[in-house]
Amino acid sequence: MTRFVKRWLGMAAATATLALGGGQAFAQKELVFGLHCDRTGPTATVGTVMCPGYHDYIALVNSKGGVEGHKIKVLEIDNEYKVPPAIEAHERFKKEGAVLEGLYGTPQVSALNKKMEEDKILGTSPGFGVAAAADGKRFPYIFPIAASYWSQGAAAVAFVKERLGGNLKGKKIAYLFYDNPAGKEPLAILEDLAKSEGFELRTFAVPAPGLEMGAQVLDITGRFKPDFVIAHLFGRSPSVSIKELKGKGYPLSKVVSLVWGGAEADIVAAGGMGAAEGYNTIQFAGVGKDFPVIKEIEAMYKAQGKAVPKELDSTVYYNRGVLIAALHVEAVRNAIKAKGGAAPTSEEVKKGMESIKGFTLGGLVPPMEITPEDHEGGGWVQIWTVKGGKLVKTKDWFQGYRDVIKKHLEAEAKKS
Amino acid sequence: MFHRESGVFKTTYAADMALYPLPIAKWTVAALAVIFVVIVPLTVHEYYLSILNLIFIAIVGALGLNILVGYTGQISLGHGAFMSVGAYTAANLAVKLDLPFWLTLPAGGLMAAAIGVVVGMPSLRIKGLYLAIATLAGQLIIEWTINRVPAISGGAQASIQVDRPSLFGFSFNTQGTLYFFLLFFAVLAIIGTLNLVRSRIGRAFVAVRDQDIAAEIIGIDIYRYKLMAFAISSFYAGVCGVLYTYYFGIANYEQFQLIVSIDYLAMIIIGGLGSVLGSILGAVFVTLLPIVIRILMENVGSLFFTTAEMANVISGLRLGVFGGLIIFFLIVEPEGLNRLWRNIRSYFRVWPFSY
Repeated sequence: MTRFVKRWLGMAAATATLALGGGQAFAQKELVFGLHCDRTGPTATVGTVMCPGYHDYIALVNSKGGVEGHKIKVLEIDNEYKVPPAIEAHERFKKEGAVLEGLYGTPQVSALNKKMEEDKILGTSPGFGVAAAADGKRFPYIFPIAASYWSQGAAAVAFVKERLGGNLKGKKIAYLFYDNPAGKEPLAILEDLAKSEGFELRTFAVPAPGLEMGAQVLDITGRFKPDFVIAHLFGRSPSVSIKELKGKGYPLSKVVSLVWGGAEADIVAAGGMGAAEGYNTIQFAGVGKDFPVIKEIEAMYKAQGKAVPKELDSTVYYNRGVLIAALHVEAVRNAIKAKGGAAPTSEEVKKGMESIKGFTLGGLVPPMEITPEDHEGGGWVQIWTVKGGKLVKTKDWFQGYRDVIKKHLEAEAKKS
Repeated sequence: MFHRESGVFKTTYAADMALYPLPIAKWTVAALAVIFVVIVPLTVHEYYLSILNLIFIAIVGALGLNILVGYTGQISLGHGAFMSVGAYTAANLAVKLDLPFWLTLPAGGLMAAAIGVVVGMPSLRIKGLYLAIATLAGQLIIEWTINRVPAISGGAQASIQVDRPSLFGFSFNTQGTLYFFLLFFAVLAIIGTLNLVRSRIGRAFVAVRDQDIAAEIIGIDIYRYKLMAFAISSFYAGVCGVLYTYYFGIANYEQFQLIVSIDYLAMIIIGGLGSVLGSILGAVFVTLLPIVIRILMENVGSLFFTTAEMANVISGLRLGVFGGLIIFFLIVEPEGLNRLWRNIRSYFRVWPFSY
């Protein structure tokens, strides 16, 4: 037994010295950002594109001299969409003095929620996590900074209403969703809206891993025959849904997908852009390469004499990575400005995040306003539709049924 | 530092059954206790304590699974689900009835044990791979039930927030204090298992594993002991789930999905089936290896790769090295790290002589 302990302690000591040695190499003026990522787990299709977007934007900021003179160092830890590694990652970031963290994964955000509050480090959960976290009073250190599942669901209904001629009375809407907590979350909003708008809502759950939904789609197209389908799927399942719906003859122009089912890769995997004509997707970041910041990143690579990485072509997730990084940098910029140029603490960065307003990054970021009460920033989304082999913007930044979202947030706040 | 056994003559059954056959073993345990109770928490950074905390929780779960798979020979793929049963039982009791952890923790364990007996029923008729599939069904049914029954899951998010555990007004709310909280239960689980496996029950488990028909002929009620193995194993799993719940501050079934059951199976296979030390070594190995690989890569890898490339390299390499090491260990020593350790020990026992 003792030898085991000796070896173990030796190993611990070795890692400790290595970690400390690594720590000393940082320059004093660097700010540390922690980034949780999934590059090898079930949602690797997202992480392998979104995280490079994050790194590239930070590299761009650093190449221009940093934020107000402070360079940024990003520490990334791959959590494989598992919870214990995410806890370890948070403790590591805390040890390295991270001023903020980009969280990833709904269960991971749930498990870290309490810890972030105890350690007073802000974490962002764009487009996933608990919708109730938009309430900054109840979740002081969690920032969705993009439309939550509630806002996405409300926006989907608003879009459907517009498409169906401004009146939903007597219409039929099918909700095709991944059967997990994240998939079920918009249901509260959809059921509420079904009552107030007078449409018939029927739900079709797809069990994990979501690769088989022939029965559900047949039920939708053959029996329910809805006027519109709202799809909320993850991982590989969005492309399966596109294929199945198209195969059963349902027009894709009457399908709208929430944010994790609308990447180029999903559509290409379903048989190519050309085959998915009319498919509507909800986006919380701008799509495409037509933004000054993307051009700057490309120029940065060219200036370094390197090829532009292929991740930039997957603009849906790549741009989301850029959006997350940009909002992180803006929060830090606000905090530094408020402090007169000195390096901010994590609590000051939180205040900086809560004062983001009017920052659009050339249209890639919505016109959001983050306040101490509203950590979601308004829940803005765009609709992009597959047209002529590429994603085309069909509806600019809009919010759906804010009054309903507010009502639900207030009801949640009363519960605890 | 190695035990020298010469001059040890056991004259009573009690001495033969003793947990510590030699006086030196007692001193080893005492030294370990000093290291883990005094030295480690005083000298080690909070970050390393958090890793130890994850290891302690994993040890409890791995011990439970090893009782079932290693000692009794019943394959189970439902360990993660039993953890979620414990987690939700404790969370519901803590939130709805405001009970303290010293009541919710055993309650979570007992509830998991009850469900475990039900899921273990097929073991009375089927064995091996068939039983694995039956317990897999148990895992999926429990996941589905928790996801679909709001009375258990507490709403659409299927997660229940719980407060930090507290005792006499003292709240375990930092990694440092949680360390002692989790260490206590890990030690309790280790001592409990050590005593269980040398008792009548433990020996019956081994008899069932080695040849159940022979066991039945020599008078062991195999139905009773198989179900008991499921109950005890699930109890450990339930406690492990409760510990996760208090450690994270939330019960969420997505933390206990099928992949978790498989991770725990990997732990006990790497560590060594049918061994307490093996369960501990497996839990340490599986939790620590990815972290060690990453820290090494962060320091060495920057010589070869840019920061942007490194993120992908680390992720890929970690999986590759992890898989490679598992295969390496299983080829070098199919009986796991525990056997590897015993081989090293017995080699050095007579060193420098060969025997």
